[in-house]
Amino acid sequence: MSATLAPPPAAASDASADEPALQTRALRVWYGASLALRDVDLDVPRHRITALIGPSGCGKSTLLRCFNRMNDLVPDARVEGDVRFDGVSIVGPKVDAVTLRRRVGMVFQKPNPFPKSIYNNIAWGARINGYRGDMDELVERSLRRAALWDEVREKLHRSGLDLSGGQQQRLCIARTLAVEPEVILMDEPCSALDPISTARVEDLMEDLKDDYTIVIVTHNMQQARRVSDVTACLMPDVEAGGGRRTGVLVEVSPTDVLFTNPVDPRTEAYITGRVG
Amino acid sequence: MSVESAGRFHPRRRSRALAGPVFAAACLLATLTGVLALAVLTLAVVAAAASDGGLIDLLHRLAVNPQSGDPARAGFRVGIVGSAWLLALTALIGIPTGVGAGVFLEEYMPAGRLKGAIQTNIANLAGVPSVVYGILGLAVFARAFGVSGLALGPSLLAGALTLSLLILPTIVVTTQEALRTVPPSLRHAAMALGATRWQVVAGHVLPSALPGILTGTILGLSRVVGETAPLLMVGAAGSLLRPPRGPMDRYSALPVEIYNYAKEPDPAFQAVTAGGILILVALLLSMNAVAIVIRDRFRRRR
Ligand SMILES: Nc1ncnc2c1ncn2[C@@H]1O[C@H](COP(=O)(O)OP(=O)(O)OP(=O)(O)O)[C@@H](O)[C@H]1O
Ligand SMILES: [Mg+2]
Repeated sequence: MSATLAPPPAAASDASADEPALQTRALRVWYGASLALRDVDLDVPRHRITALIGPSGCGKSTLLRCFNRMNDLVPDARVEGDVRFDGVSIVGPKVDAVTLRRRVGMVFQKPNPFPKSIYNNIAWGARINGYRGDMDELVERSLRRAALWDEVREKLHRSGLDLSGGQQQRLCIARTLAVEPEVILMDEPCSALDPISTARVEDLMEDLKDDYTIVIVTHNMQQARRVSDVTACLMPDVEAGGGRRTGVLVEVSPTDVLFTNPVDPRTEAYITGRVG
Repeated sequence: MSVESAGRFHPRRRSRALAGPVFAAACLLATLTGVLALAVLTLAVVAAAASDGGLIDLLHRLAVNPQSGDPARAGFRVGIVGSAWLLALTALIGIPTGVGAGVFLEEYMPAGRLKGAIQTNIANLAGVPSVVYGILGLAVFARAFGVSGLALGPSLLAGALTLSLLILPTIVVTTQEALRTVPPSLRHAAMALGATRWQVVAGHVLPSALPGILTGTILGLSRVVGETAPLLMVGAAGSLLRPPRGPMDRYSALPVEIYNYAKEPDPAFQAVTAGGILILVALLLSMNAVAIVIRDRFRRRR
Protein backbone atom coordinates (compact mmCIF):
# COMPACT_ATOMS: atom_id res chain seq x y z
CA MET A 1 0.00 0.00 0.00
CA SER A 2 2.42 2.62 1.16
CA ALA A 3 5.08 1.65 -1.33
CA THR A 4 2.85 2.68 -4.21
CA LEU A 5 2.26 6.21 -3.07
CA ALA A 6 4.70 8.56 -4.69
CA PRO A 7 7.99 6.86 -4.41
CA PRO A 8 10.35 9.50 -5.72
CA PRO A 9 11.33 8.89 -9.32
CA ALA A 10 13.93 6.13 -9.35
CA ALA A 11 16.30 8.11 -11.52
CA ALA A 12 16.30 11.05 -9.17
CA SER A 13 16.87 8.96 -6.08
CA ASP A 14 19.89 7.00 -7.25
CA ALA A 15 21.50 9.86 -9.09
CA SER A 16 21.31 12.17 -6.11
CA ALA A 17 20.58 10.19 -2.99
CA ASP A 18 23.12 12.19 -1.09
CA GLU A 19 22.30 15.51 -2.63
CA PRO A 20 20.12 17.67 -0.38
CA ALA A 21 16.51 17.87 -1.49
CA LEU A 22 16.40 21.59 -0.75
CA GLN A 23 19.17 24.12 -0.42
CA THR A 24 19.31 27.80 0.26
CA ARG A 25 22.31 29.98 -0.47
CA ALA A 26 22.72 33.56 0.78
CA LEU A 27 18.97 33.71 1.10
CA ARG A 28 17.47 37.02 2.10
CA VAL A 29 13.79 37.81 2.33
CA TRP A 30 12.42 41.32 2.55
CA TYR A 31 8.92 42.40 3.42
CA GLY A 32 8.81 45.86 1.95
CA ALA A 33 11.71 47.72 3.54
CA SER A 34 12.24 45.34 6.45
CA LEU A 35 14.59 42.40 6.21
CA ALA A 36 12.99 39.27 7.66
CA LEU A 37 15.70 36.72 6.91
CA ARG A 38 19.39 37.26 6.29
CA ASP A 39 22.05 35.08 4.69
CA VAL A 40 20.49 31.70 5.25
CA ASP A 41 22.54 28.76 3.97
CA LEU A 42 20.64 25.60 4.71
CA ASP A 43 20.72 22.07 3.30
CA VAL A 44 17.61 19.96 3.81
CA PRO A 45 18.52 16.28 3.50
CA ARG A 46 16.43 13.97 1.38
CA HIS A 47 14.04 11.55 3.10
CA ARG A 48 14.70 13.00 6.51
CA ILE A 49 12.65 15.14 8.82
CA THR A 50 14.16 18.56 9.32
CA ALA A 51 12.85 20.71 12.14
CA LEU A 52 13.01 24.50 12.11
CA ILE A 53 13.00 25.97 15.59
CA GLY A 54 13.44 29.47 16.96
CA PRO A 55 11.56 32.19 18.77
CA SER A 56 8.45 33.79 17.35
CA GLY A 57 9.02 36.19 14.48
CA CYS A 58 12.49 34.94 13.57
CA GLY A 59 11.38 33.95 10.08
CA LYS A 60 10.66 30.22 10.24
CA SER A 61 7.43 30.47 8.28
CA THR A 62 9.08 32.90 5.89
CA LEU A 63 11.85 30.38 5.20
CA LEU A 64 9.37 27.56 4.76
CA ARG A 65 7.36 29.59 2.24
CA CYS A 66 10.50 30.08 0.14
CA PHE A 67 10.50 26.37 -0.60
CA ASN A 68 7.14 26.38 -2.35
CA ARG A 69 7.05 30.01 -3.43
CA MET A 70 4.10 30.88 -1.22
CA ASN A 71 5.86 34.17 -0.54
CA ASP A 72 4.75 35.10 -4.05
CA LEU A 73 1.31 35.63 -2.56
CA VAL A 74 2.58 38.35 -0.23
CA PRO A 75 2.49 41.47 -2.40
CA ASP A 76 5.60 43.19 -1.07
CA ALA A 77 7.76 40.17 -0.28
CA ARG A 78 11.11 40.00 -2.09
CA VAL A 79 13.48 37.04 -2.16
CA GLU A 80 17.19 37.40 -2.87
CA GLY A 81 19.84 34.72 -3.11
CA ASP A 82 19.21 31.18 -4.25
CA VAL A 83 16.87 28.36 -3.29
CA ARG A 84 17.38 25.02 -5.01
CA PHE A 85 15.11 22.03 -5.25
CA ASP A 86 16.84 18.88 -6.51
CA GLY A 87 19.74 21.09 -7.47
CA VAL A 88 17.62 23.37 -9.64
CA SER A 89 17.08 27.00 -8.73
CA ILE A 90 13.48 27.82 -7.88
CA VAL A 91 13.72 31.59 -7.44
CA GLY A 92 12.97 34.10 -10.13
CA PRO A 93 10.13 34.69 -12.54
CA LYS A 94 11.10 31.91 -14.95
CA VAL A 95 10.25 29.15 -12.48
CA ASP A 96 6.75 27.74 -12.75
CA ALA A 97 5.54 28.08 -9.18
CA VAL A 98 2.37 26.10 -9.91
CA THR A 99 4.32 23.00 -10.94
CA LEU A 100 6.69 23.47 -8.03
CA ARG A 101 3.85 23.56 -5.52
CA ARG A 102 2.55 20.21 -6.60
CA ARG A 103 5.98 18.71 -5.96
CA VAL A 104 6.50 20.60 -2.70
CA GLY A 105 3.34 20.28 -0.65
CA MET A 106 2.41 22.30 2.40
CA VAL A 107 0.40 21.66 5.56
CA PHE A 108 -0.68 24.76 7.42
CA GLN A 109 -0.78 25.69 11.06
CA LYS A 110 -4.54 25.84 11.24
CA PRO A 111 -6.33 22.91 9.59
CA ASN A 112 -7.89 24.33 6.44
CA PRO A 113 -9.94 21.67 4.68
CA PHE A 114 -12.04 22.79 1.72
CA PRO A 115 -15.74 23.29 2.43
CA LYS A 116 -16.37 20.17 0.39
CA SER A 117 -16.89 16.48 1.11
CA ILE A 118 -14.03 14.47 2.55
CA TYR A 119 -13.80 12.65 -0.76
CA ASN A 120 -13.58 15.85 -2.79
CA ASN A 121 -11.08 17.37 -0.39
CA ILE A 122 -8.70 14.68 -1.56
CA ALA A 123 -9.86 14.38 -5.14
CA TRP A 124 -9.77 18.07 -6.03
CA GLY A 125 -6.02 18.47 -5.94
CA ALA A 126 -5.50 15.31 -7.96
CA ARG A 127 -8.11 16.35 -10.48
CA ILE A 128 -6.73 19.82 -11.12
CA ASN A 129 -3.31 18.31 -11.63
CA GLY A 130 -4.69 16.06 -14.33
CA TYR A 131 -4.77 12.77 -12.41
CA ARG A 132 -6.02 10.01 -14.73
CA GLY A 133 -6.02 6.99 -12.45
CA ASP A 134 -8.74 5.46 -10.30
CA MET A 135 -9.94 8.29 -8.09
CA ASP A 136 -11.66 6.09 -5.48
CA GLU A 137 -8.47 4.17 -5.04
CA LEU A 138 -6.39 7.33 -4.72
CA VAL A 139 -8.74 8.72 -2.08
CA GLU A 140 -8.60 5.54 -0.04
CA ARG A 141 -4.84 5.22 -0.38
CA SER A 142 -4.25 8.83 0.68
CA LEU A 143 -6.59 8.56 3.65
CA ARG A 144 -5.01 5.31 4.75
CA ARG A 145 -1.58 6.83 4.45
CA ALA A 146 -2.71 9.73 6.62
CA ALA A 147 -4.10 7.28 9.20
CA LEU A 148 -7.59 8.65 8.76
CA TRP A 149 -9.28 6.00 6.65
CA ASP A 150 -10.79 3.96 9.47
CA GLU A 151 -12.36 7.03 11.02
CA VAL A 152 -13.97 8.36 7.85
CA ARG A 153 -14.55 5.38 5.55
CA GLU A 154 -18.27 5.42 6.35
CA LYS A 155 -18.73 9.12 5.69
CA LEU A 156 -16.64 10.06 2.72
CA HIS A 157 -19.39 12.28 1.40
CA ARG A 158 -19.82 14.29 4.55
CA SER A 159 -18.25 17.71 4.73
CA GLY A 160 -14.60 17.86 5.68
CA LEU A 161 -15.53 20.64 8.09
CA ASP A 162 -17.57 18.20 10.21
CA LEU A 163 -14.39 16.48 11.38
CA SER A 164 -12.53 17.25 14.60
CA GLY A 165 -9.49 19.51 14.45
CA GLY A 166 -7.06 16.59 14.57
CA GLN A 167 -8.97 14.72 11.91
CA GLN A 168 -9.09 17.85 9.78
CA GLN A 169 -5.34 18.21 9.99
CA ARG A 170 -4.85 14.61 8.91
CA LEU A 171 -7.32 15.25 6.09
CA CYS A 172 -5.13 18.16 5.02
CA ILE A 173 -2.11 15.86 5.10
CA ALA A 174 -4.00 13.26 3.07
CA ARG A 175 -4.96 15.97 0.58
CA THR A 176 -1.31 16.92 0.23
CA LEU A 177 -0.25 13.28 -0.22
CA ALA A 178 -2.84 12.79 -2.95
CA VAL A 179 -0.97 14.99 -5.41
CA GLU A 180 2.16 12.89 -4.81
CA PRO A 181 4.65 15.55 -3.77
CA GLU A 182 8.29 14.87 -3.02
CA VAL A 183 8.61 17.31 -0.14
CA ILE A 184 6.08 18.15 2.56
CA LEU A 185 6.39 21.45 4.39
CA MET A 186 4.58 21.65 7.71
CA ASP A 187 4.15 24.94 9.53
CA GLU A 188 3.39 24.14 13.16
CA PRO A 189 1.00 21.37 12.09
CA CYS A 190 0.17 20.34 15.64
CA SER A 191 -0.21 23.68 17.36
CA ALA A 192 -4.01 23.51 17.15
CA LEU A 193 -4.18 19.86 18.19
CA ASP A 194 -4.53 18.00 21.48
CA PRO A 195 -1.76 15.63 22.62
CA ILE A 196 -3.41 12.52 21.22
CA SER A 197 -3.91 14.01 17.77
CA THR A 198 -0.39 15.39 17.96
CA ALA A 199 0.98 11.93 18.66
CA ARG A 200 -0.92 10.54 15.68
CA VAL A 201 0.46 13.21 13.36
CA GLU A 202 3.95 12.59 14.69
CA ASP A 203 3.63 8.84 14.08
CA LEU A 204 2.42 9.65 10.63
CA MET A 205 5.46 11.80 9.89
CA GLU A 206 7.74 9.05 11.06
CA ASP A 207 5.95 6.72 8.69
CA LEU A 208 6.11 9.14 5.77
CA LYS A 209 9.77 9.96 5.89
CA ASP A 210 10.81 6.87 3.97
CA ASP A 211 9.14 8.34 0.91
CA TYR A 212 9.12 12.05 1.52
CA THR A 213 11.40 14.84 2.59
CA ILE A 214 9.71 16.65 5.44
CA VAL A 215 10.41 20.11 6.85
CA ILE A 216 8.50 20.99 10.00
CA VAL A 217 8.34 24.26 11.91
CA THR A 218 7.66 23.73 15.57
CA HIS A 219 7.69 25.64 18.82
CA ASN A 220 7.70 22.42 20.74
CA MET A 221 11.24 21.32 21.64
CA GLN A 222 10.06 17.87 22.64
CA GLN A 223 8.38 17.47 19.28
CA ALA A 224 11.51 18.53 17.43
CA ARG A 225 13.52 16.03 19.47
CA ARG A 226 11.01 13.25 18.98
CA VAL A 227 10.42 13.46 15.27
CA SER A 228 13.28 15.18 13.50
CA ASP A 229 16.61 13.91 12.24
CA VAL A 230 18.09 17.34 11.67
CA THR A 231 17.30 20.57 13.47
CA ALA A 232 17.91 24.09 12.27
CA CYS A 233 17.78 26.89 14.80
CA LEU A 234 16.91 30.40 13.69
CA MET A 235 17.30 33.48 15.86
CA PRO A 236 16.55 37.15 15.56
CA ASP A 237 19.77 38.99 14.84
CA VAL A 238 20.91 40.82 17.96
CA GLU A 239 23.01 43.29 16.00
CA ALA A 240 20.19 44.53 13.82
CA GLY A 241 18.83 46.65 16.68
CA GLY A 242 16.17 49.29 16.38
CA GLY A 243 13.34 46.86 17.07
CA ARG A 244 14.05 45.06 13.77
CA ARG A 245 13.70 41.32 13.92
CA THR A 246 15.91 40.02 11.16
CA GLY A 247 16.19 36.25 11.36
CA VAL A 248 19.49 34.45 10.93
CA LEU A 249 20.29 30.76 10.90
CA VAL A 250 22.53 30.11 13.88
CA GLU A 251 22.96 26.36 13.82
CA VAL A 252 22.10 23.24 11.85
CA SER A 253 22.99 19.88 13.34
CA PRO A 254 21.69 16.36 13.70
CA THR A 255 18.90 16.64 16.22
CA ASP A 256 20.52 14.60 18.98
CA VAL A 257 23.68 16.67 18.70
CA LEU A 258 21.87 19.99 18.66
CA PHE A 259 19.86 19.20 21.74
CA THR A 260 22.66 17.62 23.77
CA ASN A 261 25.66 19.51 22.59
CA PRO A 262 24.76 22.76 20.86
CA VAL A 263 27.66 24.60 19.30
CA ASP A 264 26.19 28.07 19.34
CA PRO A 265 25.53 29.71 22.71
CA ARG A 266 22.31 31.25 21.30
CA THR A 267 20.99 27.79 20.45
CA GLU A 268 21.78 26.59 23.92
CA ALA A 269 20.08 29.58 25.49
CA TYR A 270 17.00 28.99 23.36
CA ILE A 271 16.61 25.25 23.88
CA THR A 272 17.13 25.54 27.59
CA GLY A 273 14.42 28.17 27.73
CA ARG A 274 16.52 31.18 28.61
CA VAL A 275 15.63 33.06 25.40
CA GLY A 276 12.54 33.34 23.29
CA MET B 1 -26.85 49.95 49.47
CA SER B 2 -23.89 48.15 50.87
CA VAL B 3 -22.23 47.60 47.48
CA GLU B 4 -22.23 51.34 46.85
CA SER B 5 -18.84 52.73 47.79
CA ALA B 6 -18.14 56.38 48.21
CA GLY B 7 -15.03 57.95 46.82
CA ARG B 8 -13.75 58.92 43.44
CA PHE B 9 -16.27 56.89 41.42
CA HIS B 10 -19.64 58.45 40.72
CA PRO B 11 -21.51 55.58 39.12
CA ARG B 12 -24.73 57.52 38.33
CA ARG B 13 -26.52 54.20 38.08
CA ARG B 14 -29.94 55.81 37.87
CA SER B 15 -29.30 57.81 34.68
CA ARG B 16 -27.20 55.06 33.13
CA ALA B 17 -29.97 52.58 33.77
CA LEU B 18 -32.36 54.96 32.04
CA ALA B 19 -30.19 55.59 28.98
CA GLY B 20 -30.50 52.02 27.68
CA PRO B 21 -34.29 51.76 27.52
CA VAL B 22 -34.64 55.30 26.15
CA PHE B 23 -32.27 54.48 23.33
CA ALA B 24 -34.00 51.16 22.67
CA ALA B 25 -37.39 52.91 22.52
CA ALA B 26 -36.04 55.47 20.05
CA CYS B 27 -34.74 52.67 17.85
CA LEU B 28 -38.05 50.83 18.06
CA LEU B 29 -39.83 53.99 16.93
CA ALA B 30 -37.46 54.28 13.99
CA THR B 31 -38.14 50.66 13.06
CA LEU B 32 -41.88 51.13 13.26
CA THR B 33 -41.77 54.18 10.98
CA GLY B 34 -40.81 52.00 8.05
CA VAL B 35 -43.19 49.18 8.89
CA LEU B 36 -46.10 51.56 9.54
CA ALA B 37 -45.51 53.52 6.35
CA LEU B 38 -45.47 50.34 4.33
CA ALA B 39 -48.60 49.02 6.03
CA VAL B 40 -50.50 52.28 5.48
CA LEU B 41 -49.42 52.39 1.85
CA THR B 42 -50.43 48.80 1.22
CA LEU B 43 -53.78 49.33 2.90
CA ALA B 44 -54.45 52.47 0.88
CA VAL B 45 -53.54 50.73 -2.36
CA VAL B 46 -55.60 47.66 -1.52
CA ALA B 47 -58.55 49.87 -0.59
CA ALA B 48 -58.26 51.81 -3.84
CA ALA B 49 -58.02 48.62 -5.85
CA ALA B 50 -60.92 47.02 -4.01
CA SER B 51 -63.14 50.08 -4.47
CA ASP B 52 -63.82 48.72 -7.92
CA GLY B 53 -65.35 45.47 -6.67
CA GLY B 54 -63.58 42.17 -6.07
CA LEU B 55 -59.83 42.53 -5.60
CA ILE B 56 -58.99 39.10 -7.05
CA ASP B 57 -61.16 39.73 -10.10
CA LEU B 58 -59.53 43.09 -10.63
CA LEU B 59 -55.97 41.68 -10.41
CA HIS B 60 -56.86 38.88 -12.77
CA ARG B 61 -58.32 41.32 -15.29
CA LEU B 62 -55.33 43.62 -15.00
CA ALA B 63 -52.93 40.77 -15.60
CA VAL B 64 -54.57 39.54 -18.82
CA ASN B 65 -55.85 42.72 -20.49
CA PRO B 66 -53.68 44.98 -22.59
CA GLN B 67 -53.68 48.73 -22.31
CA SER B 68 -56.99 50.48 -22.84
CA GLY B 69 -58.58 53.90 -22.53
CA ASP B 70 -61.57 52.27 -20.85
CA PRO B 71 -60.89 51.71 -17.13
CA ALA B 72 -63.18 48.69 -17.12
CA ARG B 73 -61.03 46.93 -19.71
CA ALA B 74 -57.59 48.36 -18.97
CA GLY B 75 -54.76 46.02 -17.99
CA PHE B 76 -51.02 45.53 -17.79
CA ARG B 77 -50.39 42.45 -19.90
CA VAL B 78 -48.07 44.20 -22.33
CA GLY B 79 -46.15 45.83 -19.52
CA ILE B 80 -45.80 42.62 -17.50
CA VAL B 81 -44.48 40.72 -20.52
CA GLY B 82 -42.19 43.65 -21.34
CA SER B 83 -40.82 43.75 -17.82
CA ALA B 84 -40.21 40.00 -17.88
CA TRP B 85 -38.27 40.40 -21.13
CA LEU B 86 -36.29 43.29 -19.66
CA LEU B 87 -35.50 41.25 -16.57
CA ALA B 88 -34.28 38.25 -18.55
CA LEU B 89 -32.21 40.27 -21.02
CA THR B 90 -30.71 42.44 -18.31
CA ALA B 91 -29.81 39.39 -16.27
CA LEU B 92 -28.21 37.83 -19.34
CA ILE B 93 -26.15 40.92 -20.08
CA GLY B 94 -25.61 42.43 -16.65
CA ILE B 95 -24.75 39.40 -14.50
CA PRO B 96 -21.84 38.00 -16.54
CA THR B 97 -20.44 41.48 -17.11
CA GLY B 98 -20.77 42.56 -13.49
CA VAL B 99 -19.53 39.33 -11.94
CA GLY B 100 -16.70 39.19 -14.45
CA ALA B 101 -15.64 42.74 -13.65
CA GLY B 102 -15.82 42.03 -9.92
CA VAL B 103 -13.71 38.87 -10.25
CA PHE B 104 -11.14 40.67 -12.38
CA LEU B 105 -10.82 43.61 -10.03
CA GLU B 106 -10.64 41.49 -6.91
CA GLU B 107 -8.68 38.46 -8.04
CA TYR B 108 -6.51 39.51 -10.93
CA MET B 109 -5.87 43.22 -10.95
CA PRO B 110 -2.79 44.25 -8.99
CA ALA B 111 -3.38 46.99 -6.46
CA GLY B 112 -2.32 50.33 -7.83
CA ARG B 113 -3.41 53.69 -9.02
CA LEU B 114 -5.36 52.36 -11.99
CA LYS B 115 -7.31 49.96 -9.82
CA GLY B 116 -8.03 52.75 -7.35
CA ALA B 117 -9.30 54.95 -10.14
CA ILE B 118 -11.58 52.23 -11.48
CA GLN B 119 -12.89 51.45 -8.00
CA THR B 120 -13.71 55.07 -7.31
CA ASN B 121 -15.36 55.35 -10.66
CA ILE B 122 -17.58 52.33 -10.00
CA ALA B 123 -18.49 53.60 -6.55
CA ASN B 124 -19.50 56.91 -8.11
CA LEU B 125 -21.52 55.22 -10.84
CA ALA B 126 -23.59 53.54 -8.13
CA GLY B 127 -24.71 57.00 -7.03
CA VAL B 128 -25.61 58.39 -10.45
CA PRO B 129 -29.36 59.07 -10.78
CA SER B 130 -31.16 56.64 -13.03
CA VAL B 131 -32.38 59.34 -15.44
CA VAL B 132 -28.78 59.97 -16.33
CA TYR B 133 -28.44 56.35 -17.34
CA GLY B 134 -31.52 56.90 -19.47
CA ILE B 135 -29.85 59.79 -21.29
CA LEU B 136 -26.70 57.72 -21.70
CA GLY B 137 -28.68 54.77 -23.02
CA LEU B 138 -30.54 57.02 -25.43
CA ALA B 139 -27.33 58.45 -26.88
CA VAL B 140 -25.32 55.23 -26.95
CA PHE B 141 -27.75 52.39 -27.57
CA ALA B 142 -30.96 53.84 -28.98
CA ARG B 143 -29.27 56.37 -31.29
CA ALA B 144 -25.71 54.99 -31.42
CA PHE B 145 -24.46 58.59 -31.76
CA GLY B 146 -26.39 58.86 -34.98
CA VAL B 147 -24.75 55.88 -36.69
CA SER B 148 -27.88 54.51 -38.28
CA GLY B 149 -26.73 50.91 -38.74
CA LEU B 150 -25.97 50.49 -35.05
CA ALA B 151 -28.87 52.40 -33.53
CA LEU B 152 -31.21 50.06 -31.68
CA GLY B 153 -34.09 52.51 -31.55
CA PRO B 154 -36.80 52.11 -28.93
CA SER B 155 -36.20 48.35 -28.70
CA LEU B 156 -36.14 45.95 -25.77
CA LEU B 157 -32.44 45.45 -26.31
CA ALA B 158 -31.71 49.17 -25.93
CA GLY B 159 -33.73 49.19 -22.70
CA ALA B 160 -32.02 46.09 -21.34
CA LEU B 161 -28.55 47.42 -22.17
CA THR B 162 -29.37 50.67 -20.38
CA LEU B 163 -30.66 48.83 -17.31
CA SER B 164 -27.59 46.58 -17.38
CA LEU B 165 -25.41 49.65 -17.07
CA LEU B 166 -27.61 50.83 -14.24
CA ILE B 167 -27.19 47.70 -12.14
CA LEU B 168 -23.58 47.04 -13.12
CA PRO B 169 -22.00 48.98 -10.22
CA THR B 170 -24.20 47.16 -7.70
CA ILE B 171 -23.25 43.77 -9.07
CA VAL B 172 -19.55 44.61 -9.32
CA VAL B 173 -19.42 45.89 -5.76
CA THR B 174 -21.40 43.01 -4.22
CA THR B 175 -19.28 40.51 -6.14
CA GLN B 176 -16.12 42.09 -4.82
CA GLU B 177 -17.46 42.15 -1.29
CA ALA B 178 -18.49 38.51 -1.51
CA LEU B 179 -15.07 37.54 -2.83
CA ARG B 180 -13.39 39.41 -0.02
CA THR B 181 -15.20 37.30 2.58
CA VAL B 182 -13.54 34.12 1.27
CA PRO B 183 -10.83 33.33 3.85
CA PRO B 184 -7.21 33.52 2.62
CA SER B 185 -6.56 30.11 4.18
CA LEU B 186 -8.83 28.56 1.55
CA ARG B 187 -6.89 30.18 -1.28
CA HIS B 188 -3.61 29.16 0.28
CA ALA B 189 -4.75 25.56 0.65
CA ALA B 190 -5.65 25.39 -3.02
CA MET B 191 -2.51 27.22 -4.16
CA ALA B 192 -0.31 24.88 -2.13
CA LEU B 193 -1.68 21.90 -4.08
CA GLY B 194 -0.42 23.37 -7.33
CA ALA B 195 -3.60 25.07 -8.48
CA THR B 196 -3.42 27.90 -10.99
CA ARG B 197 -5.12 31.13 -10.12
CA TRP B 198 -8.05 30.28 -12.35
CA GLN B 199 -8.44 26.87 -10.69
CA VAL B 200 -8.43 28.50 -7.27
CA VAL B 201 -11.03 31.03 -8.33
CA ALA B 202 -13.27 28.60 -10.18
CA GLY B 203 -12.91 25.70 -7.74
CA HIS B 204 -13.11 27.44 -4.39
CA VAL B 205 -13.37 31.19 -4.36
CA LEU B 206 -16.39 31.59 -6.62
CA PRO B 207 -18.38 28.71 -5.08
CA SER B 208 -17.74 30.11 -1.61
CA ALA B 209 -18.71 33.60 -2.67
CA LEU B 210 -21.71 32.51 -4.73
CA PRO B 211 -24.45 33.02 -2.11
CA GLY B 212 -23.28 36.58 -1.55
CA ILE B 213 -22.98 37.26 -5.26
CA LEU B 214 -26.43 35.83 -5.96
CA THR B 215 -28.14 37.78 -3.21
CA GLY B 216 -26.61 41.03 -4.37
CA THR B 217 -27.39 40.25 -7.97
CA ILE B 218 -31.03 39.44 -7.37
CA LEU B 219 -31.48 42.56 -5.30
CA GLY B 220 -29.86 44.50 -8.15
CA LEU B 221 -32.19 42.87 -10.64
CA SER B 222 -35.25 43.81 -8.64
CA ARG B 223 -34.34 47.40 -9.43
CA VAL B 224 -34.76 46.52 -13.09
CA VAL B 225 -38.39 45.66 -12.48
CA GLY B 226 -39.11 48.93 -10.74
CA GLU B 227 -37.13 51.45 -12.78
CA THR B 228 -39.24 53.86 -14.81
CA ALA B 229 -37.28 56.98 -15.62
CA PRO B 230 -34.48 55.50 -17.76
CA LEU B 231 -37.00 53.47 -19.73
CA LEU B 232 -39.00 56.59 -20.52
CA MET B 233 -35.78 58.09 -21.84
CA VAL B 234 -34.84 55.18 -24.08
CA GLY B 235 -38.33 54.91 -25.48
CA ALA B 236 -40.47 52.38 -23.68
CA ALA B 237 -43.85 52.99 -25.24
CA GLY B 238 -46.73 54.18 -23.11
CA SER B 239 -49.47 52.52 -25.09
CA LEU B 240 -48.80 49.31 -26.91
CA LEU B 241 -51.45 46.74 -27.61
CA ARG B 242 -49.35 43.68 -28.11
CA PRO B 243 -46.43 42.36 -26.07
CA PRO B 244 -42.94 42.26 -27.66
CA ARG B 245 -41.96 39.16 -29.61
CA GLY B 246 -38.21 39.56 -29.59
CA PRO B 247 -35.32 41.66 -28.32
CA MET B 248 -35.56 44.09 -31.24
CA ASP B 249 -39.28 44.64 -30.77
CA ARG B 250 -40.91 47.70 -29.28
CA TYR B 251 -42.04 47.24 -25.70
CA SER B 252 -43.58 48.72 -22.62
CA ALA B 253 -42.84 48.01 -18.98
CA LEU B 254 -45.04 47.56 -15.93
CA PRO B 255 -43.92 50.70 -14.07
CA VAL B 256 -44.19 52.77 -17.25
CA GLU B 257 -47.81 51.66 -17.72
CA ILE B 258 -48.56 52.36 -14.07
CA TYR B 259 -47.17 55.84 -14.56
CA ASN B 260 -49.38 56.37 -17.62
CA TYR B 261 -52.56 55.15 -15.92
CA ALA B 262 -51.77 57.36 -12.93
CA LYS B 263 -51.82 60.37 -15.23
CA GLU B 264 -55.37 59.61 -16.46
CA PRO B 265 -57.86 62.19 -15.15
CA ASP B 266 -60.75 59.72 -14.86
CA PRO B 267 -60.94 58.67 -11.16
CA ALA B 268 -61.98 55.18 -12.29
CA PHE B 269 -58.34 54.65 -13.23
CA GLN B 270 -57.28 54.93 -9.59
CA ALA B 271 -58.21 51.31 -8.99
CA VAL B 272 -56.31 50.26 -12.10
CA THR B 273 -53.20 52.14 -10.98
CA ALA B 274 -53.43 50.71 -7.47
CA GLY B 275 -53.83 47.20 -8.86
CA GLY B 276 -50.75 47.68 -11.02
CA ILE B 277 -48.78 48.81 -8.00
CA LEU B 278 -49.87 45.70 -6.13
CA ILE B 279 -48.67 43.49 -8.99
CA LEU B 280 -45.35 45.34 -9.06
CA VAL B 281 -44.85 45.09 -5.31
CA ALA B 282 -45.74 41.40 -5.34
CA LEU B 283 -43.15 40.86 -8.05
CA LEU B 284 -40.45 42.70 -6.11
CA LEU B 285 -41.24 40.90 -2.87
CA SER B 286 -41.10 37.52 -4.54
CA MET B 287 -37.73 38.37 -6.05
CA ASN B 288 -36.41 39.33 -2.64
CA ALA B 289 -37.84 36.11 -1.24
CA VAL B 290 -35.99 34.13 -3.88
CA ALA B 291 -32.79 35.94 -2.91
CA ILE B 292 -33.30 34.98 0.73
CA VAL B 293 -34.07 31.35 -0.09
CA ILE B 294 -30.96 31.05 -2.26
CA ARG B 295 -28.79 32.57 0.42
CA ASP B 296 -30.14 30.27 3.12
CA ARG B 297 -29.84 27.17 0.99
CA PHE B 298 -26.20 27.86 0.22
CA ARG B 299 -25.47 28.78 3.79
CA ARG B 300 -26.86 25.51 5.06
CA ARG B 301 -24.84 23.52 2.56
CA ARG B 302 -21.56 24.74 3.99
N1 LIG C 1 3.02 39.10 5.11
C1 LIG C 1 3.94 39.78 5.80
N2 LIG C 1 4.10 41.11 5.61
C2 LIG C 1 5.02 41.81 6.29
N3 LIG C 1 5.82 41.28 7.21
C3 LIG C 1 5.72 39.96 7.46
C4 LIG C 1 4.78 39.15 6.76
N4 LIG C 1 4.88 37.88 7.22
C5 LIG C 1 5.86 37.91 8.14
N5 LIG C 1 6.36 39.15 8.30
C6 LIG C 1 7.44 39.54 9.21
O1 LIG C 1 8.55 38.71 8.99
C7 LIG C 1 9.12 38.30 10.23
C8 LIG C 1 9.17 36.79 10.27
O2 LIG C 1 7.85 36.29 10.28
P1 LIG C 1 7.52 34.74 10.26
O3 LIG C 1 6.07 34.59 10.16
O4 LIG C 1 8.35 34.08 9.25
O5 LIG C 1 8.02 34.32 11.72
P2 LIG C 1 7.91 32.91 12.42
O6 LIG C 1 9.29 32.54 12.84
O7 LIG C 1 7.16 31.95 11.61
O8 LIG C 1 7.10 33.29 13.72
P3 LIG C 1 6.04 32.39 14.51
O9 LIG C 1 6.84 31.41 15.27
O10 LIG C 1 5.38 33.37 15.43
O11 LIG C 1 5.11 31.78 13.52
C9 LIG C 1 8.27 38.90 11.32
O12 LIG C 1 8.95 40.01 11.82
C10 LIG C 1 7.00 39.32 10.64
O13 LIG C 1 6.53 40.52 11.20
MG1 LIG D 1 5.21 31.00 11.71
